[in-house]
Amino acid sequence: MENWKRSAQAFFAAFTPPTFWLVAFFIVPLSLIWLYSFSMKTGVTDITLNWNLHQYARALEPLYLGIFWKSILMAAATTAICLVVAFPVAIAIVFSKPTMRMWLLLLVILPFWTNLLIRTYALIAVLRTNGFINGGLGWLVEKGDWLLSLVGLGDNTIIGPFEPLSLLYNNTAVVFGLVYVSLPFMVLPLYAALDRLDRSYLEASLDLGAGHFRTFFSIVVPLALPGIASGIVITFIPAMGSYLTPDLLGGTDSQMIANVIADQFKQANNWPFGAALSFLLMYATFFALAVRAVLMRKEGRGDVK
Amino acid sequence: MSDTATAPATGEPIIRIENVSKIFGGTVKAVDEVNLEVQRGEFFALLGPSGCGKTTLLRMLAGFEVPTHGQVIIDGHDMSTVAPNKRPINMVFQSYAVFPHMSVEQNVAYGLKMDRCPAKEIRERVAEALDLVKLGSLGKRMPDEMSGGQRQRVALARALVKRPSVLLLDEPLSALDAKLREAMQLELVRLQKTVGITFVIVTHDQSEALSMADRIAVMNAGTVQQVAAPTTLYEAPANRFVADFIGKINMIEGDAMKAGEGEVTVTAPGIGEVTLAGSETGKVALAVRPEKIFVADNEPADPNVIKVKGKVGEVAYFGSYSNVFFDIGLAQPLQADISNVTTDVEEITFTAGEEYWVYWRKADTLVLSG
Repeated sequence: MENWKRSAQAFFAAFTPPTFWLVAFFIVPLSLIWLYSFSMKTGVTDITLNWNLHQYARALEPLYLGIFWKSILMAAATTAICLVVAFPVAIAIVFSKPTMRMWLLLLVILPFWTNLLIRTYALIAVLRTNGFINGGLGWLVEKGDWLLSLVGLGDNTIIGPFEPLSLLYNNTAVVFGLVYVSLPFMVLPLYAALDRLDRSYLEASLDLGAGHFRTFFSIVVPLALPGIASGIVITFIPAMGSYLTPDLLGGTDSQMIANVIADQFKQANNWPFGAALSFLLMYATFFALAVRAVLMRKEGRGDVK
Repeated sequence: MSDTATAPATGEPIIRIENVSKIFGGTVKAVDEVNLEVQRGEFFALLGPSGCGKTTLLRMLAGFEVPTHGQVIIDGHDMSTVAPNKRPINMVFQSYAVFPHMSVEQNVAYGLKMDRCPAKEIRERVAEALDLVKLGSLGKRMPDEMSGGQRQRVALARALVKRPSVLLLDEPLSALDAKLREAMQLELVRLQKTVGITFVIVTHDQSEALSMADRIAVMNAGTVQQVAAPTTLYEAPANRFVADFIGKINMIEGDAMKAGEGEVTVTAPGIGEVTLAGSETGKVALAVRPEKIFVADNEPADPNVIKVKGKVGEVAYFGSYSNVFFDIGLAQPLQADISNVTTDVEEITFTAGEEYWVYWRKADTLVLSG
């Protein structure tokens, strides 16, 4: 394949099917949605293309901008928590014995082997009113009370009675679920970046009098920046557009933008408006990628302070 | 750190390594019962083949490894388990480990910032350190804009700016090309004399150690074979390993018996019986350096030489000398470095098959065991 012009037939044989696939199942549907976003709904099933920005204007109303903003906040919270949790995990994997490392990496990617829907229902079983967490806490309170009753302080005079915590159907549950789903996407790029890091940089930093804490922030973080940026982007973008997690774990006020889009295509049956919201989400995603590209280019020039 | 570097030399060694062993994974003895002393202000080399434990020993001095047994005493304090960032020691890494996201100045200032030096003092000391390694004008450069040699100078400045009691250098010249390496050898010696700091260098390159160090510890399989000045190591090696590792040497196997006070009689095939200074008995090797061997057409009359008849084998001409292999009827041929002291081409040409008397002084013969 060093010169495709010389074996043009082979080239076309190899590249036509994927090209066809992309055009037929990606470009064409996407173009249709793009056209919808400039259309008006004129009947139950009738859509008229009239090239106006009416749908976009509606999408930018405070109600929907609010949901956009909320989605960004939820995704940002998810990304931040993932970063804080994933960094120690990635460091632990990098510094573990080579034989151990393989198993630890396997554990990180193990959740991918189970369907997201099933994992989310499992989370519901953990978090719900009479779920595992509340059940466990209730048991502890009950036994604690029994122990206290031995010294005459029973019958909930000091602790209890146990009120189940409402862990489900709120924003915290959604962020918790998103963190759970997204964590591998943060751990893996961080692991890759830290694995490439020459250990002697860390030793040099220690040798020059820095403690482990200073070494982490002055040496490890700056040198792992490309991995951190990748991790942030591939955690933030899917979290921003997540549908299932807020749908199943969220409450009435936990709707994210993907839920609103789905509603427009389903219950509201307003495809043009759903299309406009979709494209706004996509532009936001492109913007995030562009910011990352600019940051990475700076990194490449070595200008990062 | 402290100003111990400028303290006058006293009898107390700056580093004492006492019965230090390092065992990896419960079984691999990287360093085995090593005892060493490094004097204040000395240029000390740890020399040995790869895997001999020299780097592990250095890393125990720096604090990156903790000895399994024994003590590392630096400047009178037991430092065996002290963290690297709490030791009065700095290191120049084999890979230099110059932080790629910091400018040269920031790299050199890093250690001083960790010590919470005032900004003004940092500026002055960084400039001073960069001048010392002749990088005065390149402070604003980023490491990826510099050559390997320059990066090494940054690593040197970064370590020296902290004024450590001891500077450790891990194979500092191995990544440089031959010409730069020679220049840097001289430079390191100059630097060490200028700053007066004790240098401990790890190297597998004997010529590097011989030309730079005041004293050398030769290591093999985790143990120290000999600690001595370069000339002593070369002219009076303690055992076969040292003799063989440092320079070229001929060895003829033989048996030794005690002949008198400080004298042994060695019987060796092809040579017969010869009485030499030495104390080793039993299986020994008669060893002689190639440049101490002479060649003559007629049998030498001097009774103080060992002489054998040899037939010229392979010859390699090096300009100032010729490396000639003589077949003396033993398994190993005898190699001689014959100095080409005349311009008479006829006279300095050796032809394979020619027979000569090959001889060397008894005083230049070593009796080695081990």
